[in-house]
Amino acid sequence: MKKVKVDPKGVLTGSHYIDGDYAIAEGGLAAGCRFFAGYPITPSTETAERFSERIPHVGGVFIQMEDELGSIAAMIGAVWGGKKTMTVTSGPGFSLMMENIGLACMMEIPLVIANVQRGGPSTGLPTLTGQQDMMQAKWGSHGDYEIIALSPDSPQECFDLTIEAFNLSETYRVPVFVMTDECVGHMHEKVVIPPAEEIEVVERKWYEGPKDKYLPYKLDKDGIPFMVKAGDGYRFHTTGLTRDERGYPVINAECQSVVVPHLVDKIINNADKIIMLEEDEIDGAEIVVISYGITSRVAIRAVQQARKAGIKVGTLRLKTVWPFPEKRIKQLARKIKAFVVPEINYGQIVLEVERCAAGKAPAFHVPHCGGWVHDPNDILKVIKEAAK
Amino acid sequence: MKKEDRLESKNPMEGFLRMDRIPHIWCPGCGIGTVVTSFTEALKKSKLDLDKVAVVSGIGCTGRVAGYVKLDSFHTTHGRAVPFATGLKLANPDLKVVVFSGDGDIFGIGGNHFIHAARRNMDILIICVNNFNYAMTGGQVAATTPMEANASTAPYGNFEFAFSLPYLAEAAGATYVARWTSLHLRRVTKSIQEALAKPGFSLIEVITPCVTLYARRNRLGDGLNLLKYYYDKSVIEHGADTRTLDISYQGKLVVGKFVDKEKPTFLDRMNEHMTKILGDKYVKYGE
Amino acid sequence: MAEIRFSGFGGQGIIRCGLITGKALSLYDNKHATMTQSFGPEARGSACSSQLVVSKDRVLYPYITIPEILVSMSQEAYDKYEPDLLENGILIIDTDLVKPKPVREKIQMFAIPSTRFAEELGNRIIANLVMLGFFTAVTKIVSPEAMKKALPGMVPGRFLDLNIKAFDRGYDYGGEVLKTAKPAKTKKKTAAKKKTTKSKK
Ligand SMILES: Cc1ncc(C[n+]2csc(CCOP(=O)(O)OP(=O)(O)O)c2C)c(N)n1
Ligand code: SF4
Ligand SMILES: [Mg+2]
Repeated sequence: MKKVKVDPKGVLTGSHYIDGDYAIAEGGLAAGCRFFAGYPITPSTETAERFSERIPHVGGVFIQMEDELGSIAAMIGAVWGGKKTMTVTSGPGFSLMMENIGLACMMEIPLVIANVQRGGPSTGLPTLTGQQDMMQAKWGSHGDYEIIALSPDSPQECFDLTIEAFNLSETYRVPVFVMTDECVGHMHEKVVIPPAEEIEVVERKWYEGPKDKYLPYKLDKDGIPFMVKAGDGYRFHTTGLTRDERGYPVINAECQSVVVPHLVDKIINNADKIIMLEEDEIDGAEIVVISYGITSRVAIRAVQQARKAGIKVGTLRLKTVWPFPEKRIKQLARKIKAFVVPEINYGQIVLEVERCAAGKAPAFHVPHCGGWVHDPNDILKVIKEAAK
Repeated sequence: MKKEDRLESKNPMEGFLRMDRIPHIWCPGCGIGTVVTSFTEALKKSKLDLDKVAVVSGIGCTGRVAGYVKLDSFHTTHGRAVPFATGLKLANPDLKVVVFSGDGDIFGIGGNHFIHAARRNMDILIICVNNFNYAMTGGQVAATTPMEANASTAPYGNFEFAFSLPYLAEAAGATYVARWTSLHLRRVTKSIQEALAKPGFSLIEVITPCVTLYARRNRLGDGLNLLKYYYDKSVIEHGADTRTLDISYQGKLVVGKFVDKEKPTFLDRMNEHMTKILGDKYVKYGE
Repeated sequence: MAEIRFSGFGGQGIIRCGLITGKALSLYDNKHATMTQSFGPEARGSACSSQLVVSKDRVLYPYITIPEILVSMSQEAYDKYEPDLLENGILIIDTDLVKPKPVREKIQMFAIPSTRFAEELGNRIIANLVMLGFFTAVTKIVSPEAMKKALPGMVPGRFLDLNIKAFDRGYDYGGEVLKTAKPAKTKKKTAAKKKTTKSKK
């Protein structure tokens, strides 16, 4: 993994009062994203608008595609053309992207998709918040594969985690999702963008050996293959079919039994390096509240109240939602009385907590079907119930 | 029949094909291979730096072309070759990007991308093998199936109107449009050469026999019978009005070069327009 | 900690009010300020609003629940949002555009003909800046220096001077009004008249 300084042209150093959507665009530009293909959808459109305004001053391409199927396809093409690329969308557009998210996983494409979640299903609540695409992020495309998903809780983190998303995507050659939501996307707060010299990014894992020896899917020591770009004389082939090291299709069970474990293991085996958690007062806690994104801010209010009422509550915030911090949850499950999981959906990440806790500690869900954030009192009530 | 239109069997062009992937998967008598031959011939004549030519295919029998050409080549997903090519071209404007795919891929599932890439005058060349059906999946009815023709999902004959590909392409904004059959190999080669040399959105439709499915189901005989049909019923009418190019079942096939005009490409327009509006503040792209 | 709602009708620059104040507080006054606005069907009607949660620590819950300051620049917005105002909150209105009901006992009301002043300065479009100047003077929640620093980038460059003038006009008027009234104090929340945490409608 080679770290390099960023191109200062993309970095809008200074303190800004902007919303999460704008911060995502700034994060992408700072990270060196120079190709954005998107399709307007509330509540994510501001990111595309910001990018289209800024890119002519930075040097790169913004293209509004005919639909999200086109956006993601163009992004994968652009990566093979040598660019860092991102898009932004919300539920319906995320659904349309799913097939080619699978292609990106199979071709091992570094790219970043921000999903500013809204209430679903279907057109649902275009202008109101939700955290209902968390499982779709993990399982949405067909077949077995792994992706990485991050969840920012503020405009500042939209900026920071978008850069991190690019770094992870380049390190592991995998699509990375910034799973934010309408509330954070549309909320204005102070965002500090550091000087360009202070931002380091992971460079693409360029192949440097002899041209005729290049094998697109031969794994390097770290388990990640090298990349080249079209036009550099490698005359390589790549496909969405199950393939060998050469990138040639091999349609049989043996080859599949090499490819699929690789796509999964390169993420799972590095989970400790990928996962970012924020913990507070976990030691000695009897209840641990697990949350992510905007819900974790709201939950703190409930937690403060519960602590006043004498309940020992710790918090665990998932900055990385996928891969899931299985190990940590297992450890905690042996020590605590119960988990409380508020999320703006009808039960998604709580299932994962339950699976990891494996009956050692119950997981109490605090559902919300979308449209607004939780009332902290609703979370408090469940904490109290769990502490009984 | 002029000499140049005669079908010739050529030695596979080693420098242009991935010989380690031959034999290919196509049926004996299938027309796709001959279009690939024309393509490689055109590449050879074009004297382009082959390191700068990329081929993008979708999914289908024709979609397998990307896997056989010894170029940077991408076998993508069904219908998405055109937007993939759009991203590839925009990310690396030095490339000559060719989409090589089937009628179902480009005009059925991918039709929306086609018209928008044409509208933008994206600098890509589309070579579409039109075999009047979805071959890869077993000969289902397509947007190009002539009325009355039989298909596995139109067992009583097709009653839908078909697209006329050149008409659609011209209306959407393509700057180069030609139609040939796989009988007109030299003409196909020449058209590909012309289109490779020309910036802008080009479509070359090549009507091609699918012997195993379309021909068999419609009892049209083998590959040679179909070539005979092309020979008997095709008329070259360069510059023909694209509104007159509908194809009826086993009917007349008007072929030729219908559109060849100049228009700034997407990137030309972007650079020109942004420079006009933003002046020195605009960071020029890809020049 | 303070919760503020700016309200009026579309086109008056109500969202700008929230943005400018939020920017001033969080970039130049060392506070945390989270600004949200109503989107969607609710924002389609003629009443529009922007909300600010201000705190010396990080803002956790991002929406306002019981605003202690309500700025209303239209009758409809006033009618819609006044009932939510904290019992001993501060109400700020445009004299010419809002005819208030009898003011609730503990509520402090301040009024300014902001649109008229803006017209006198040459353009009614800057009424929101007159209002912001007035708001700054009577609430003292944000410093006038921070507010002026926040303006570049928030108002069109070529109208910056005019906007500053408008702000000053409102600010000075606020000073005069304060001479006759007691300065407003944001108070501890006593009784919530109505809980609005969950309902957006
Ligand atoms: C999303 C999706 N839907 C359906 C298919 C199945 N499929 C594979 S190829 C094909 C049709 C290809 O037809 P065409 O593009 O005309 O190519 P041909 O095989 O005729 O050369 C279909 C429907 C698929 N691969 N992906
Ligand atoms: S099925 Fe038809 S199109 Fe496909 S390879 Fe065979 S003949 Fe060619
Ligand atoms: Mg076909």
